[in-house]
Formats: sequence, structure tokens, C-alpha cells
Amino acid sequence: MNSRVIRVDQLARVEGEGSLVVKINEGKVTDVKFRIYEPPRFFEAFLRGRKFTEAPDITARICGICPVAYQMSSVMAMEDVIGMNLEGPLRELRRLLYCGEWIESHVLHIYMLHAPDFLGYQDALMLAKDMPDVVTRALKMKKIGNDIVNVVGGREIHPINVKVGGFYRLPRKDELLPLVERLKWGLDQAIETARLVASFNFPDFEVPYEFVSLRHETEYPMMGGRIVTSSGLDISIRDYEFYFEERHVPHSNALHALERGHGRYLVGPLARFNLNYDRLSPLTRQLAEDVKLAPVVKNPFRSIIVRAIETAYAYEEALRIIASYEVPEAPAVAVVPSAGIGCGASEAPRGMLYHRYRIADDGLIRDAKIVPPTAQNQPTIEEDVRLFVTKFVDMPREELTWKCEQTVRNYDPCISCATHFVTLEFT
Amino acid sequence: MVPKKPKIAVFKFASCDGCQLSLLDAEDELLLVAGAVEIANFLEASRRVVKGPYDIGLVEGSITTPHDVERVREIRKECRVLITIGACATAGGIQALRNWKDVKEFTRIVYASPEYISTLDRSMPVGSYVHVDFELRGCPINKYQLLEVLNAFLNNRKPTIPTYSVCMECKLKGTVCVMVAGGTPCLGPATQAGCGALCPSYARGCYGCFGPMENPNTSALSRHFTELGESNLDIMLAFRGFNAYAEAFRKESDAHE
Repeated sequence: MNSRVIRVDQLARVEGEGSLVVKINEGKVTDVKFRIYEPPRFFEAFLRGRKFTEAPDITARICGICPVAYQMSSVMAMEDVIGMNLEGPLRELRRLLYCGEWIESHVLHIYMLHAPDFLGYQDALMLAKDMPDVVTRALKMKKIGNDIVNVVGGREIHPINVKVGGFYRLPRKDELLPLVERLKWGLDQAIETARLVASFNFPDFEVPYEFVSLRHETEYPMMGGRIVTSSGLDISIRDYEFYFEERHVPHSNALHALERGHGRYLVGPLARFNLNYDRLSPLTRQLAEDVKLAPVVKNPFRSIIVRAIETAYAYEEALRIIASYEVPEAPAVAVVPSAGIGCGASEAPRGMLYHRYRIADDGLIRDAKIVPPTAQNQPTIEEDVRLFVTKFVDMPREELTWKCEQTVRNYDPCISCATHFVTLEFT
Repeated sequence: MVPKKPKIAVFKFASCDGCQLSLLDAEDELLLVAGAVEIANFLEASRRVVKGPYDIGLVEGSITTPHDVERVREIRKECRVLITIGACATAGGIQALRNWKDVKEFTRIVYASPEYISTLDRSMPVGSYVHVDFELRGCPINKYQLLEVLNAFLNNRKPTIPTYSVCMECKLKGTVCVMVAGGTPCLGPATQAGCGALCPSYARGCYGCFGPMENPNTSALSRHFTELGESNLDIMLAFRGFNAYAEAFRKESDAHE
């Protein structure tokens, strides 16, 4: 007796296709499988033989939710091949584009995918019936993010304006300035959002995570910098594969990433916040204090508050970049390919996204490796579910099932990304 | 009595999720749409699933596994009208690049244990397995075109989706031709409109997100590319992109291999 199985065949409110199976015997969790059955798309394989200039457009198609992340990691990797480190106004413009994606993705997750769990709704559309103002506000907030991506990138899904070396066309000042008033409004709303989500009920649940994120000399991390961990690792992006590895497990079409000598780890908002709290702006640090959130946050359910704080940060950062924007002299720096290997990493809304390419003298890609955030989080997601069910095993079945789903959704998992990427080279 | 709202379902196969996200990205229209129809099955947005049959099924993604072949056949039976959205569902998507390669080799490149992976040799459009009532192009689709198509089917009329080329959109916008004036290779003359001629207005050539227009003259375009100094490889790669397996683009890329 007492043998139970919690099974969610199709996880909802996540990007892509996954399922969850938890087996419980005599009050003990005997097995957890967060299964990714999204079919493989083999990006790393068909990138071989493509032009290095095509990487940002092709890899964007790994994920419709965070195409900018793929574009940024790929252009940085290609620029790294020739030892170029883009700085100045072109980099600022890239950061502005990234702010747009953070806003759009975080607001989507906070209100449309995650908040319904805390408020007991099946989805945001049902939430909209009872709280139309909240959902209308969310849609307006999200649209501002999309509009940044539209103006700088050309369109919100799979932007067309990003190229190795910079952009195809630079936005004029009069295209960016109309965003300012709306960004100010968005910043206020993001602060309200942080207060709202901080008032939710959170399960009493903490996990001793190993956090991994980028860390930049001065900025809250989005593009480049170094890779740091909560156990004290501090390495260059180029050394990522030396310290981290991927394994292929039978139940998933995504590879599991592990830190060598350490095991599973967590990337994403919690990791960024805990490892870069001192890089937040004074305003967003104050906001964190106001909502009583201080590092080290170990409760994954509270990631919704971190997303709200990061959303506020992104609005503020976008305002800063637009205020100091002067149209650069040229939209891009010319990049002449030469044979070599380049690495790039950026912070997708869901966590660190690593790319490595080897290109030949003809500018064609010989080899590609892409490690998306959800592949890195997958072992940690399974462990969270195991710990959660172990602790709350007496919860009524229906509620426990929902909470297990929510435990997965804490990660805003992008299953489409994870699958399409999973990388590995064979020798 | 209140008439029953039409039931809409969204299904996903191999894809990036971007096309169904277009529905959530229609921020100004989403709540209106949600008020006019019953969103009965949309996993990306809701854990509530209402059983079929459905009045309209929107299908994103290409068919790449034996299981998905079965699944899409079941979905067809459940949907009165089946509309495919995006380049994956209408042409096989970027993952159709595998169709020129040995998929076993591909699996070995990506996965350490290829025996765990179940996949078909080819990534195919939904229409190659089941009857499709309307194919909405784009990588990604244009959300306003999606709203138009939904609106049309809900009102039993034909959707107004142009099948002319991107060139028409450039002319309507008053964008200077990047190919004639700048010598930049551009797939616009052979590509179906729908994006609003985005790339030329950002000073780059079209790369074919919406697939071949009706009766495209791809060989004339290739000759022009050659005159601009493009190599056979350049031309092959240009046509072999996000709509690589759409017939006209496939044939043209093959001709330059």
C-alpha cells in the first residue's frame, strides 16, 4: 500500500513540452523525472557549414521567448573568435535590446504563467475575469518590453537587426524618446508588482543551492563578464567547458549540465540576484529591502519577487541608456573572419546561456556548442521536486500535484530551448 | 440564451514556441479575443484543458517523430478547421535542414547516447500528413495576420492574406530597394509578403521568413545574385534557410549545391 504516483503528462504554462512523474512509496520519494519530450531539432548539427554571420538569425530560432539572448551570446562568441570586445554605444544599444527582452519575458512569466499559481487560477485569462486591472496592467507592462525590441530589433520575435559587429541600422533618437514616458510608468508598475508578489504566500521551503551566474565589473549581469558560483569559483567564460559538463540521460531530450566536482547547480534570477546584489541600482536594492528580500534567497518560489525586481531594474536601465543615447557613427564594426574558436555568454531571462563556435578561414562554422539555461537547471528542478514532495508528502494529492507543477514553473523553464540545444560534441 | 463561443485549441510540435507566443504578444487584442472565443486548450498559457472537438485548431511546429505523426492525425480528427501557423508547420522550419543530411549522424553530433533519441529522417510540414484548411506563413508569423485569419474563419469568410512578394511591401512603404540601389542580395522578389518588408527598411536584404511567393522566379533571382558577385554556396545557403523545404526554395538551393 501507500504507493503513489504523481503524474503530470503535459506541463502547462511553460515554454515547450515536458512532463513530470514523481513516484512515492511508503511516504518516501523513490523517483522524480522531469521529462523533456520536446522533439530534438539538432541546431548544433546543422549550424555546421553555415556562415558565421548567420548564427544570430539561426540560433534565435531556438527560442521564440528569448531570441535576443541567443543573438547576444552568438554575436559575442563570433566577435570573440577575432578577439573583438565590442564596447561603447553599440554595446549599450545591445543592452537596451536585452532590457526589452527581460521586461517582456519576466512580465509574461510573473503574471501570465506564475502568478495564477499563487492566486489559485488555472490561467491569466481566468484571472482577468476577477482582476481585470491587474492583467491589463501586465499586458501594458509587457508591451513596453516588446516595443523596445521592436524599435531596436525590428520585431519582437526573432529580431532582424542584430549582426556580428553591431547592428544593420541604428535607431534614431526620435524613435527611442517616445518610450521614455512609458518606461517611467513601467518602472512604477514594476515596483508595485514587486510589492504585490511579495505579499503572496510562499511555502516554507529552502534548498542549499549552488548558484551560477555571470558577473560584470560594474553592471548587473546581462552580457559578458566572468562566470562565478556561490562556492567561490570565478572563471573566464572561455573556461566554462573546463569546469562544467553535460550528460545525456534516457528520459530527456535535453542534456543535463553539471558542475565538475560539484554536481547540479542553478542559473537564473535567484543566482543573478544572490551573486550580484551589489550590482543592482540603489533604487532596486532599496526595493529589495522594502519587500524584505535579501541575499541569499534559497526559496525557489520567491523567484517571482526577484523577477519583479529585475523587471524594475530593466526599466530603469533602459531609461538610463536612452537618456544618454547619441547615434553612433556607424551601425557596426566590420568583422573579417579568421579561423579560430570563440565563446560568448549572456544572461537570458531564465539564466546563463553559453555559446561556443569554431570557424574556419572561409567564415563557415565548423563546430557549435550551445548550453541553454533550462538544460543547466534540469537536474536542480528534479531535486527541488524530490525535496518538496518529501517535505509535504501528506498534502492532499490534488494540491501536491499542483504544487509540483509550480515547483517546475519556478524556473520559468524554456523546454524548447533546452531540447534544441543540447549540445555535445562527439569525438 | 447566450450562443456558445467557438472553441479554439493551440497545439505544438517541433518549434521555438514563437508563433503561439504571437497570440500572447497581441497585448492590445488578447483580452478581446479571449472574450470572443473559448480558449479550450492552450498549454503555454493555461493548465485547464477542455476536451475536443474544437472549432479551430492552431498548429505550430513541424512533424519530426513517429509519435508526432500519430498525434497530428488525432488532432486533425478533433478540429473542424485546422490552421497551421509559422514556417515550421507550413514548410518544416529551420530544422528541415536535416532533410539533406543523415539524421543518425546529426543525432551523434548532438547527443552522447543516440539510442535514447527517437526521430524521423525528415522534418516535414503538417500538411504532408493531414489536410490543412489554411497555412499561415512566417518565421515568426505576423500577429495581425493571425488575428485576420481567426476573424475570417470565425465569420466564415476567406482570410485576406496577400500572396504577392515582399517587393510590393517595399514599394508601398517607399523603402529604397536595397538590391538595386545598394547591391545587397535580397530574397524579397521571391518571398511572400507579410512581415511589412522589415529587413530592407533596416538596410539589409530579405532572408525569406515568409517562404516563396506564389509562382516565384527563383532562377532569375539567382542569376541576379551571381551578377552581384554571390557564389554558388552563397546562393544555396540563402535559399536553404527558415523555409528551406518549401518546394520553390528547395529546388533553387539544390540547383546550386
